[in-house]
Amino acid sequence: MAAIKRTPGAVPPESVPPAPVPPARVPVEERAQATVRFAGDSGDGMQLAGAQFTSASAHAGNLVFTLPENPTEIRAPAGSLAGVSGFTIHFGAHSTRTAGDRVDVLVAMNPAALKVNHPALQPGGLAIVNADAFAPDEWTKAGYDANPLEDGSLAGVRLAALPINKLSRAAIARIKLSPREAERCRNFFALGMVYWLFDRPTEPTLRWIRAKFAMNPAVLEANSLSLMAGYRFGETNPVVPFRFRVPKANFAPGKYRKLTGNEGLALGLVSAAHRAERPLVFASCPIHPASELMHEMAELKRFDVRCPQAEDEIAALGLALGASFGGAIGVTATSGPGLSLQSEMLGLAVMAELPCVIVDLQRGGPSTGLPGKTEQADLLQALFGRHGECPLVVLAAATPSDCFALAYEAVRLAVRYMTPVILLGDLYLSAAAEAWRIPAVDDLPAIETPHLDANGSAFQPNLRDQRLARPWAIPGVPGFEHRIGGLEKNVETGYVSSDPDNHERMVHLRARKIAQIADELPALAVAGPESGDLLVLGWGSTQGAIQSAVERAQTSDLAVAAAQLRYLNPMPKNTAELLSRYKKVLVPELNGGQLSLLLRARFGVESIGLCKIQGEPFTVGEIEMKIAEILQSKT
Amino acid sequence: MTLPLLTPADLDTDREVRWCPGCGDFAILAQLKQALSEAGVPREKLVFVSGFGCSSRIPYYLNTYGFQTVQGRGPAIATGIKIANPELQVWVVTGDGDGLSAGAGHLIHAIRRNVDLKILLFNNEVFGLTKGQNSPTSRVGTRTKASPLGSIETPLRPLSLALAAEATFVARTVDVDVHHLTETLLRAASHRGTAFVEIYQNCKIFNDGVFDYATDKSVKEEHTLHLEQRRPLIFGRDRNMGVRLNGVVPEIVQLNNGNGNSAGSSNHIDDLVIHDESGDDATLAFLLSRLSFPEFPECFGVFRCVDRPTYEGQLLGQIAEARQAHGPAKLDELLAGDETWTVA
Repeated sequence: MAAIKRTPGAVPPESVPPAPVPPARVPVEERAQATVRFAGDSGDGMQLAGAQFTSASAHAGNLVFTLPENPTEIRAPAGSLAGVSGFTIHFGAHSTRTAGDRVDVLVAMNPAALKVNHPALQPGGLAIVNADAFAPDEWTKAGYDANPLEDGSLAGVRLAALPINKLSRAAIARIKLSPREAERCRNFFALGMVYWLFDRPTEPTLRWIRAKFAMNPAVLEANSLSLMAGYRFGETNPVVPFRFRVPKANFAPGKYRKLTGNEGLALGLVSAAHRAERPLVFASCPIHPASELMHEMAELKRFDVRCPQAEDEIAALGLALGASFGGAIGVTATSGPGLSLQSEMLGLAVMAELPCVIVDLQRGGPSTGLPGKTEQADLLQALFGRHGECPLVVLAAATPSDCFALAYEAVRLAVRYMTPVILLGDLYLSAAAEAWRIPAVDDLPAIETPHLDANGSAFQPNLRDQRLARPWAIPGVPGFEHRIGGLEKNVETGYVSSDPDNHERMVHLRARKIAQIADELPALAVAGPESGDLLVLGWGSTQGAIQSAVERAQTSDLAVAAAQLRYLNPMPKNTAELLSRYKKVLVPELNGGQLSLLLRARFGVESIGLCKIQGEPFTVGEIEMKIAEILQSKT
Repeated sequence: MTLPLLTPADLDTDREVRWCPGCGDFAILAQLKQALSEAGVPREKLVFVSGFGCSSRIPYYLNTYGFQTVQGRGPAIATGIKIANPELQVWVVTGDGDGLSAGAGHLIHAIRRNVDLKILLFNNEVFGLTKGQNSPTSRVGTRTKASPLGSIETPLRPLSLALAAEATFVARTVDVDVHHLTETLLRAASHRGTAFVEIYQNCKIFNDGVFDYATDKSVKEEHTLHLEQRRPLIFGRDRNMGVRLNGVVPEIVQLNNGNGNSAGSSNHIDDLVIHDESGDDATLAFLLSRLSFPEFPECFGVFRCVDRPTYEGQLLGQIAEARQAHGPAKLDELLAGDETWTVA
């Protein structure tokens, strides 16, 4: 082990004095919720600052919803627009179900970050800008014709232009660091400033710094000092002559953590396999944005997660399906183009009636489309994108927490009913994060398998239990040798059959098996009045924006409710009846109207579509405006 | 002497075996049962995976665990089975259409990973079940319904492909030489890692006689060469011909004496290539895989057999290491992550 050297004369980090109680000398603006965005160059440590602010806000008792925005280029030139990295935190007492429509406080570490994020700033919002980064060549690189801090282009913005480089360097002057190391402390200065602004506790971050940089005491101390210097700068300088107060949220008691959509998926899958006492085989092929999930899973080897990397998405599903035949929980994750490749193999999975889970993290399509942008346009592909009559279970996660719940549920249903399950998420959801109440392992639902007839001599693979699921007879067990395949099979014996009547019976049987899963599904629940003027019905990751918009609309006299479909096939049994209780149904979706089409086809319901296909999630305002428009036209 | 665990009849199913009369697949199925009965693996540990085509019916005709899948995807599915349970002996049955058209990608990736699979490629140089179109191994000029004026595509050499994909076991045999077929299957069964076996198989209906040069008793010894470990490459009815290297170019030489006792001859047996299936370098095996009728005798037997760690063995090894390093997996700790807070 390398010797730990202490910088002579440096103050041990433990002795950094705690932040003083907020002085009452600046006016405090009360906000039920607020949105902060840290933005800078890729190397500016903005993701780190954002993650720390998230933790601090969670510790302060707020609800949080966060969204990172990473540059699309792998290594964009420093200071370029393409290289801007951002991290948004929406936090407050309630209604933080999205990353927030507009930003209240923007931290911009360079001109490019300001240029990219200025449009997102609220009128009257606060921009904390690193003035040291605004040399002419820098603002030129960002596409400004003049220094935006001086030319009036930030009119309407409350501007706090600070020499963050100099202030941070001064705070850590007595610590021996390389120039590069010293420079890298400045994100902590900015973070400290924002901590002061929102009265966040600094201790969780100081603790994190101590753990993270335990092997490098000089950097540890510098980061700690820079954070506290930022905090005190806010406190002692009039550059920002106000503070914010964001009240605590009412959390259900329990132990919480921050959870991204990807983490939710990974934990849900692992928990289900663990509960099923089977190895998890997670086979996938690199594709954006699903690769992030692959990386999560690759770190979970100690939970017997086996992660083969396949040569293509067809092989990925083939590996998963083979693993399921072999007795493991077979899972693959992909995005739209990969799901397209998997159509044929999904047909085999349906025909062979093997459990497997396909996670589709949707992105802008068709073809390569917008690989770095979110979309919800794979719904119909997931439901119908196969040849033949080929029903399977389709779920769609609504929130990062729901990613956990539905990943677990996908495995449970796949195994219980011997069927492939497609779980839809999207790029936005996979990166978004929120607070998650950690469930007790014992409270997780049991993973049941269909009953296997112990009478081996009479075994045949097409026997069914009362839920029409065939047995999962796993190779290695004597007496249960059997053959399955892609050819149609006799409804009784399971032998290959091309008999016309038998085929029709099998088609109906496979359809009924999936349809009757609805018997055990939770009813579709509404937020808001049980009947009334308007139901806003969504699916997948639009839940946050829809519920927030409906909440705001509920202040009117008209009865508006929200519901989110998490089970797309089969749908909850009360879906049609629920839709009939409202005069109008609004369906916001990030596609050309796929759920609307489905509602018309299944239930004869004419809904009003709100379609957005811009690679971005809905803002609350967009849905709120549409609700207002519908309700106005009614009155 | 111990009794065999299985007899060939134990592997029969109650299904009618349906190939065309005279199909080479019957002989392969029979010898496969023979080899399996000798290999000593219990029936419940045997899994047969196939894609689609005539050869891919094999799993339906063996009373083991079996999975007939999608055209060409057998190696991927078999890899998944092996990852789920490395204790199983997994066989992949494929053909030149199945394994080298849609399945070429999966085939080479299974081979390069060295998954412990026994891959049997029935090569009849034609698409059979789709009723006779040229396949990736059809010779140039092959006339089929899809190539009435003759195939214009350069055929793939399955063994060269497998060797290029870093195969650890590569062999060739033929449907009608039942003893050689059984021996070769047994060798494949005992190999740890991907064992790739090309089986010349006659399609009576769509490509009849395409391997006559290698199977017809009157000529076959002139056109085939049986590889023997650490023995010179000698062939011919009188065993008086050999293959030697002129630089890197192989050439056929006439030996003065079939037994190699040819003192004074310029074509000495010591100049011939000595077969070595276990050499570190695959170049010799690759060279042998390219010897083709009519210019050269075609080689039968084991071209290459070397040890390399299996894919699933390494994958599970990493899991075992991770478990050892981190202690027993605790799900509640995983769910909690690095940082939590409590709301009272």
